[in-house]
Amino acid sequence: MTAPILILGTGLAGYNLAREIRKLDKSVPLVLVSRDDAPFYSKPMLSNALASGKSAATLVMKTAERMAEELDARILARRQVTAIDTSARQVSLQDGEVLPYRDLVLALGADPIRLPLDGDAAPEVLSVNDLDDFARFSARLDGARRVAILGGGLIGCEFANDMLARGIEPTVFDPAPWPLGRLLPEEAGAYFRAGLEAAGVVFRMGISAIGVDRQGATYRLRLSDGSVAEADLVLSAVGLRPRIGLAEAAAIQVGRGIVTDRHLASSAAGVSAIGDCAEVVGLSLPFVMPIMQQVRALAKTLTGTPTAVSYPAMPVLVKTPALPTVAAPPPAGLAGEWVLTHPEGGLEALFLTPDGSPAGFALLGAATSRKQVLAASLPAWL
Amino acid sequence: MKTFQCIVCGFIYDEAAGLPEEGLAPGTRWADIPDDWACPDCGVAKSDFEMVEI
Repeated sequence: MTAPILILGTGLAGYNLAREIRKLDKSVPLVLVSRDDAPFYSKPMLSNALASGKSAATLVMKTAERMAEELDARILARRQVTAIDTSARQVSLQDGEVLPYRDLVLALGADPIRLPLDGDAAPEVLSVNDLDDFARFSARLDGARRVAILGGGLIGCEFANDMLARGIEPTVFDPAPWPLGRLLPEEAGAYFRAGLEAAGVVFRMGISAIGVDRQGATYRLRLSDGSVAEADLVLSAVGLRPRIGLAEAAAIQVGRGIVTDRHLASSAAGVSAIGDCAEVVGLSLPFVMPIMQQVRALAKTLTGTPTAVSYPAMPVLVKTPALPTVAAPPPAGLAGEWVLTHPEGGLEALFLTPDGSPAGFALLGAATSRKQVLAASLPAWL
Repeated sequence: MKTFQCIVCGFIYDEAAGLPEEGLAPGTRWADIPDDWACPDCGVAKSDFEMVEI
């Protein structure tokens, strides 16, 4: 029997790759390994689960058993990978099992970045990056009235908006001058902030947390401007760091993420990387659309048709019902300027290069209806 | 009229509302959307959607 395609990770990248492979090849052996229970769920729904009345249990769309059946795959849940041997083409698990592979795909995901907070309650600060995290978070949310959110990016703002559905008062802290700083130009950031404030979200911009102390049943945050704030729960959402440790220990080239070419191939023969752990020709894009582009290309490559990944312009949806927002930021460092227009009930920001061609946009409120038209006018990233 | 949900990103297609900005008029049946149509939010194929009970 031939060695299988071995996929490490059962998040959106790992499972969607397996689904795409099965569309092309019904018989190649597939093995997936997960450190959690390997349920199939929609990760973007974690940050709007409260408003849609979902729990960690009801977010699960398919169990590992059902996925194993549908994919005709062996799925190893609650298992830890300890090492990759790229010359012997095998992976070792903590319990001693050794898994051989024909091709190995690293779909390991990313870890939430932890701020260097001091104080006795710093370890109790939560992050939500997977379903297990969400289960812990929602258990702690019962009875919480004031929640402090560290980080005013996409995830922080989505969770803040979602908590309003449960009557919670969220306060967002971020050292940046305006929320969604990586996605929106300043004026659009101000417009976004006003939209969420009107719905009940409090923003404390230009301020970061230094420490978190226990104070009876609540927490006391010490802030960079010398003030303090109280909260029943502290959620950290300051970004993600690709999981590169396993690859690095196996002498696979890493940068910010696991370095790959346009074929998603790493520096080691037979090893690919996709999703939040990967740095594809210099780009780490922790969003769903790039993952779908990657898995379609890699599934073809692994079933005999080498295919380079293409990235069309991929707008990022910010799921904040208080002010729906879509952003397709221009490539970093590109010369140009933002041009703003104010349609009724919204704001449209278009990034134009010196020759007048569009290279990015931010659409807020009613302007989001222009998403499809404008996305089609943007140049591809890859 | 039925509702369909993308199992990857949670996007919902409501037949009654259609998706006018994508050229799908209100009332467009799921079955009448071309097979090469993809989720506007995350790009998954039409075959990866599932019907949601309403």
